[in-house]
Amino acid sequence: MTINASGWRPERPETNADTAPATFTGNRALMLDEPLIFEVGSTETTGVDLAEVPAGTSRLGGLERARAIGLPGLSEPETMRHYTRLSRQNYAIDLGLFPLGSCTMKHNPRLNEKMARLPGFADVHPLQPVDTVQGAFGVIHELAEWLITLTGMHSVAMSPKAGAHGELCGILAIKAALDAKGEGARKVILVPESAHGTNPATAAFAGYAVENIPASDAGRIDTDALLARLGPDVAAVMITNPNTCGLFERDMKTISDAVHAVGGFVYCDGANFNAIVGKVRPGDLGIDAMHINLHKTFSTPHGGGGPGSGPVVLSAALSPFAPLPFVVKQSDGKFALIEEESAGDDHPHSFGRMVAFHGQMGMFTRALTYILSHGADGLRQVAEDAVLNANYILRSLEGTLSAPFAASGPCMHEALFSDDGLAEGFSTLDVAKGLIDEGFHPMTVYFPLVVHGAMLVEPTETESKAGIDQFIGALRSVAERAKAGDASLKTAPHFAPRSRLDETQAARKPVLVWREPVLAAAAE
Amino acid sequence: MRYLPLTDTDRQAMLATIGAATIDDLFVDVPEAARLSGPIAGLPMHASEMAVERHMSALAAKNVAAGSVPFFLGCGAYKHHVPASVDHIIQRGEFLTAYTPYQPEIAQGTLQVMFEFQTQVARLLGTDVANASMYDGSTACWEAIGMARRITKRAKAILSPGLHPHYVSVAKTMAKYTGDALDTATPTLDDDFGIDALIAKIDGETSCVVVQYPDILGRIADLTALADACHANKALLIAVVTEPVALGAIRSPGEMDADIVVGEGQSLGVGLQFGGPYVGLFGCKDKYVRQMPGRLCGETVDAEGKRGFVLTLSTREQHIRREKATSNICTSSVLCALAMSAHMTLLGEAGLRRLAEINHLGAAAAADRLAQVPGVEVVSNAFFNEFTLKLPREARPVVRALADRGILAGVSLGRLYPGDGDLANGLVIAVTETTTQDDVEALARALAEELA
Amino acid sequence: MSRYFTQDHEWVDVEGDTGTVGITEFAQGQLGDIVFVDVPEAGKTLSKGGDAAVVESVKAASDVYAPVSGTVTEGNAALTDSPALVNEDAEGQGWFFKLTLSDPSELSGLMDEAAYAAFVAKQ
Repeated sequence: MTINASGWRPERPETNADTAPATFTGNRALMLDEPLIFEVGSTETTGVDLAEVPAGTSRLGGLERARAIGLPGLSEPETMRHYTRLSRQNYAIDLGLFPLGSCTMKHNPRLNEKMARLPGFADVHPLQPVDTVQGAFGVIHELAEWLITLTGMHSVAMSPKAGAHGELCGILAIKAALDAKGEGARKVILVPESAHGTNPATAAFAGYAVENIPASDAGRIDTDALLARLGPDVAAVMITNPNTCGLFERDMKTISDAVHAVGGFVYCDGANFNAIVGKVRPGDLGIDAMHINLHKTFSTPHGGGGPGSGPVVLSAALSPFAPLPFVVKQSDGKFALIEEESAGDDHPHSFGRMVAFHGQMGMFTRALTYILSHGADGLRQVAEDAVLNANYILRSLEGTLSAPFAASGPCMHEALFSDDGLAEGFSTLDVAKGLIDEGFHPMTVYFPLVVHGAMLVEPTETESKAGIDQFIGALRSVAERAKAGDASLKTAPHFAPRSRLDETQAARKPVLVWREPVLAAAAE
Repeated sequence: MRYLPLTDTDRQAMLATIGAATIDDLFVDVPEAARLSGPIAGLPMHASEMAVERHMSALAAKNVAAGSVPFFLGCGAYKHHVPASVDHIIQRGEFLTAYTPYQPEIAQGTLQVMFEFQTQVARLLGTDVANASMYDGSTACWEAIGMARRITKRAKAILSPGLHPHYVSVAKTMAKYTGDALDTATPTLDDDFGIDALIAKIDGETSCVVVQYPDILGRIADLTALADACHANKALLIAVVTEPVALGAIRSPGEMDADIVVGEGQSLGVGLQFGGPYVGLFGCKDKYVRQMPGRLCGETVDAEGKRGFVLTLSTREQHIRREKATSNICTSSVLCALAMSAHMTLLGEAGLRRLAEINHLGAAAAADRLAQVPGVEVVSNAFFNEFTLKLPREARPVVRALADRGILAGVSLGRLYPGDGDLANGLVIAVTETTTQDDVEALARALAEELA
Repeated sequence: MSRYFTQDHEWVDVEGDTGTVGITEFAQGQLGDIVFVDVPEAGKTLSKGGDAAVVESVKAASDVYAPVSGTVTEGNAALTDSPALVNEDAEGQGWFFKLTLSDPSELSGLMDEAAYAAFVAKQ
């Protein structure tokens, strides 16, 4: 069997002895525990005043609900309290530096939220006659123009709903292009072993066999190995640039040229675009498709796990295969929507529709607002400050934590450390949990897989120097404790709303919905 | 620039620590030829909040907002009143700017919301379990078809004619890569949901039957016989719900023994938003949970024995299984799930049932009023809050003409099924609690004038 | 009865032409708490070195390969309710599946207990 290389293994948490005095409520001052709505709400309670039910006979065809649903309700004050209390158990960008590598946790400007809520954007239906939504199409078109110009590409597919969805779009466009050339026999996609899991998952979905390209000792693709593997069976190469080790792939253009020479395509995972936006155009490096995470580079909110948005910029070779629908500007200046019906003779090669309606309009308004706020000069400064902040962290901590690629030159927007040098029995996980007590969300851990016990730190550009200095001090302190074998780290975090949770039990005996507890008395 | 905290003094100090002379030295790995020498030419420079607001407001002003005119569009996205609190809840920075809860000790807020959402959705859909959301209803639908293929190891999926044409289009696109063979058909402009015709198509090669409930023309039907027929042939029944408010009035597909129930949660909490972001719902029977795509939150305890929540069954997902994952999906739509969950909490069961009643009876009254317009026939006998009219001529130009008069008169079937002569006179009307009697009257009068 | 080991940390006990397959004590230690085991169904044909089962901990899913070729006769049903058996008794009660060997000569390429112990010592 294969044994996973990352070094992570699950451990049941050791029981902590709690020495603080007990409270009647179980609360600890401002740390308020909050039950589930099912435990405090009632099916009879409602926090909404509804109109009188109009007169009339129902015509539900005999399908009237007979059974109860089991949905609890709360009054408005109770509802606000419930969610406010829950929100206070979350770390967030608004609270502090969020160093998750490859996630680009930058500040989410509130102007974005204000603009997205303008009724002209928030209260329009996707199927309204196109004359009544020209402004909405205008937003999509304007954002598309920015993305094309920033990346130096030919067109952009706006409809994918997230980064992984965008990857799928790019790979399917590549497949359509190859099929159109009669090259459907190409069955292999090459993916660096440091790639994010969505890359091989996407390639496999599209029916390709995934082959890994090893990383060199310097943390980049082993270019020789990749070039040696190229052949007529290779459909595409998927490359992240800057890569998941936080380094710029110097040989990108060479690789692109070589892949094109054998008739393949280059897909670029744009998750790390924040390092180069406004400084480098990926189109100049020969790529054919790249998804852009609007929720990373362009500040649309992460929201606790989506929604995201993943438009895909495309080369001239791939543009004819872009999915439906998309917006075009006509010669009279008005916008039209190209759907299945209007694809007709102009866009007969589209590989099809990926999603109902037009895509993540709410994210488009936010991203366009962000882009207009920064402008070309501001965006360039974004990349510069992001890279500066990451290098500052790298150089400040390379004496404390092992930084496997620090000697080979600067990093881009993220700094990579490993668990080499931590005391026996101490892991990256312990460093992460220790950092929580210091008031920070941990960095990305155990990714990329090519480094043992990886710690990937991405500060982004929206951090002050003072904030970064504090973070450096905190990580240095925790790392020193881990190197010294400080046992209190094994039971960290001590100050969070919860201590380490038993993920093994959650997986062995999944409890995914709330069920009415069987009362001991009733069970007798 | 207001979002960039570093000063030039800071930058100099940091460069000194790094040991670099300029920031461009840090970009040394970028080939010279690819390095841009300055901001990209032809693009505007940075702008103040005021300037950006002006620009975006001008674009917004070019759109006709649903709330500003009589409005009757549905077909997969519905206008409902979202209580004011919901928007405040989702704008709390700890929800808005939080990340996926991979460090559960400091993400119990998001995780508990996910757990509550999963429970609410499972109960609403009538399934044993539900996940923490998908991108939207259309992607949830094709993922369900893929899941049925994995479970049954068969590849023939029968899609009901009543399934939203965009959802069908998405499924057809994806089927090209998954090897699923899809049996599809366009609907007929009548009252027939098509249960018998679907049953007749099921055989030993069928992986699943996919129905929409209520369907694209607003029709509803008992799915029990269809579920039985599927199971007799060891196939799965997948039900798609694009209007969850309906489930406040009619039986859930899970109750009728559907195996997988997916849908679009947009109606509750999310708003029209011109098509996205929305929130995909995905529920299924317990025995299929390991085949379900998407994130799942589970209950557990911490080291002190306190109840807590964590992401679980992660080994189905791409970041672990990579090429063997159940799906390539990475993110979900948690902020929209929070909005839906908060809206459902504010409504409660009694509120949802009453809201559904108001929707249904309002729609019934509107149907009766529109049936009085000369030449207009109401096609649907049983429906929830959406029904179909048959006009004496093509509906699509009528919709455009009415839009010019300031009425957004529903979705013509010509828009959804262009070129289909049998459907061209069809017009789908949605009525919710936001529709007033005046709105209905305005539509009826304008329709009468237009058709005269 | 003879026990053989692979370099991928699977073991197979052979009696006649019946084999019982599992993962080694060393492997379970490396994986940590096992939460789920996906065992093959009876009747499935396996090739030596090909995918046979999947063993999952919370954050990793590891492929288990068939040490020899054959047809599966039984998957260990006890693992459905108690995946922890793999941690507690990997080389006994935590067996994954039984199969009928199609080519016993394949066994000659595997290690015996002593050779495997030496192999593990070098890991």
